[in-house]
Amino acid sequence: MVDIYVVPILKIVVLLSAVLLAVTYLTLLERKVIAWVQVRLGPMRVGPQGVLQPIADAVKLLLKEDITPSRADKWVFTLAPIVSMVPALIAFAVIPFGATVSMFGHPVSLYIADVNVGLLYIVSVTSIGVYGIILAGYSSNSKFPLLAGLRASAQLISYEIAVTMMLVSLVVVAGTLSMVGIVNAQLSQGVWYVFLQPVAFVILFIGGLAETNRAPFDLPEAEQELTGGFHTEYSGMRFALFFLAEYANMIVVSAVATTLFLGGWLRPFPNVHVLSFLGFVPGWIWFLLKTFVFIYVFIWIRATLPRYRYDQLMRLGWKVLIPLGIANLVVTAILKVLL
Amino acid sequence: MFDTNELVINMGPQHPSTHGVLRVILRLDGERVIGSDVVIGYLHRGVEKLCEHRDWAQIVLITDRMDYVAAASNNLGYVETVEKLMSIEVPRRARYIRTILAELQRIASHCLWLGTHAMDIGAMTVFLYAFRERELVLDLFEEYCGARLTYNAMRVGGLPLDIPPGWDRKVRDFCDILGPKVDEYEQLLTHNRIWLERTRGVGVIPGEDAVAIGLSGPPLRGSGIPRDVRKDEPYAAYAEFDFDIPIGAAGDTYDRYLVRIEEFRQSVRIIRQALDGLPEGPILGKVPRLIKPPAGETYHAIEAPKGELGYFIASDGKSNTPYRFRVRPPSFCNLQALSRLIKGHLVADVVALIGSLDIVLGEVDR
Repeated sequence: MVDIYVVPILKIVVLLSAVLLAVTYLTLLERKVIAWVQVRLGPMRVGPQGVLQPIADAVKLLLKEDITPSRADKWVFTLAPIVSMVPALIAFAVIPFGATVSMFGHPVSLYIADVNVGLLYIVSVTSIGVYGIILAGYSSNSKFPLLAGLRASAQLISYEIAVTMMLVSLVVVAGTLSMVGIVNAQLSQGVWYVFLQPVAFVILFIGGLAETNRAPFDLPEAEQELTGGFHTEYSGMRFALFFLAEYANMIVVSAVATTLFLGGWLRPFPNVHVLSFLGFVPGWIWFLLKTFVFIYVFIWIRATLPRYRYDQLMRLGWKVLIPLGIANLVVTAILKVLL
Repeated sequence: MFDTNELVINMGPQHPSTHGVLRVILRLDGERVIGSDVVIGYLHRGVEKLCEHRDWAQIVLITDRMDYVAAASNNLGYVETVEKLMSIEVPRRARYIRTILAELQRIASHCLWLGTHAMDIGAMTVFLYAFRERELVLDLFEEYCGARLTYNAMRVGGLPLDIPPGWDRKVRDFCDILGPKVDEYEQLLTHNRIWLERTRGVGVIPGEDAVAIGLSGPPLRGSGIPRDVRKDEPYAAYAEFDFDIPIGAAGDTYDRYLVRIEEFRQSVRIIRQALDGLPEGPILGKVPRLIKPPAGETYHAIEAPKGELGYFIASDGKSNTPYRFRVRPPSFCNLQALSRLIKGHLVADVVALIGSLDIVLGEVDR
């Protein structure tokens, strides 16, 4: 009874609140990091060093009037933010934050579900998120969001194939689709997959940037060109949902990359026994640290790089990433058979 | 069964990247521009007519409000035209200080251009870096004349104020600061792959077409025409300084970018020479108390940061106001190329091209 119902529900509640809190504070982190890059201070007014800024923002957005344009397709318009937010949250279900730990005498696994097709689940769920943007662009019945919706769909088909292709080559190496299984495979093979699959790692990272609509691939948003893109007509909390979804997606992509390539909750160099003293740090802290590094790089890139044009992104996707992904898959498969 | 329609999109006048109140009506096929109408006039204040109802000394103040990010250059163009009309000899010291002010102004204006141009293409950090340096120039201007944007810094016959003590030292320090900062901008952009892809081959305008359209300033030089009023028809003290005119080859957005970046360095070079050779002496020539040019008309142009800024002034010799006051604003003339440049490009390039022409709507509309 307890193991089947209470523990999973508790885990879901804890995880959801943690993720939502993290997402809120990620906005502050992003503003602060970008401010430091740009020799500014960032938010400083609400609370010491601006630490209460996300809460003030949330309150402001909740109190704002929620406008639906009269010519908009109301159902789809309402649905779009939900469609982008929900997949970002349910993707966390299969992400392993750590190995099994003992809590109050109970063995508790630090993941909600170890699905045997976990990776497939992540790929499918996260691709739904983009439909939120496409639907938002379509349903606003306004020209700039429509262009943004078109860009989002162009972007979707350009990077999704390459990313999936390289996930396949990773599965070839690991021999499993389960997220926990992939981490355990890295433990038993004694190496992080970033060293075995560097090409796949880079492609996943680029694809992750595109997936989360982050600079330099933030084309559907493109404030300077499309005046805000798909969320031009949105206001209040629905507007905020798009942003929360973007940040939640950032965490998902970082967490997935950590799990697949940086050994998840494993300490650095899991096969080197000299470094076993690092084992005193709990696994979930290693996991969060690695995820944080990814998130930081995401923000860093946004502060540094200009934006791609959408035909250039498609060229990058079709002419560079997909051939690389296929080549990587073939080489991996051949090596796997030979060795 | 299916037919395709053109999508007509109204970009501006309240669009974040049209640099003010420019309105571009785009006809799109997908995201490709197949035609466009550029609508101006949202900031029209009747500057020329206004000037015909102010006396000659008051007009300096109005010229500030045309290209409000390069007010000192506007002042310079106007006072030199009146001096030409009245054949007033300007003291050498005043001409040197005017040159320093005009070049500082060029740096400030280019900082603003670089920041907003990079911002339009998505590199937002460059924007804040460039504004940091622009702030230093504004501080220098504030110390010189008390104002930060509309300086009213020149008088017919010379200058209202001599430079404050220690100011030349500060300008020198600024020159030392700016050089490495320009390298910093270049580090972020010049060899950046994304920047190259976004600007190379975008909005190409060959040299002869640039001349035919009437481009001037960096857009003209980017197309490989070495025309610079500072060299061709020297004014102020430019004849006494040694500097190069950077020109581009391909005439695309990237070349216009490189030309302006190099102009930062050349401006620093001119300022350094002017400070080294700054002569002693009066700052105001022999000017009658009541400025009343003899009957006649004249045209005089200077190289403003955005291109050739010319004034045509006619005086009837009787009244205290100009009979006709006409400005040839570089932004307005350069804007004529926009419709042609954006044709066939994508929406994302439209904002890049508006940025690369470096227009100020206050000057376009007047």
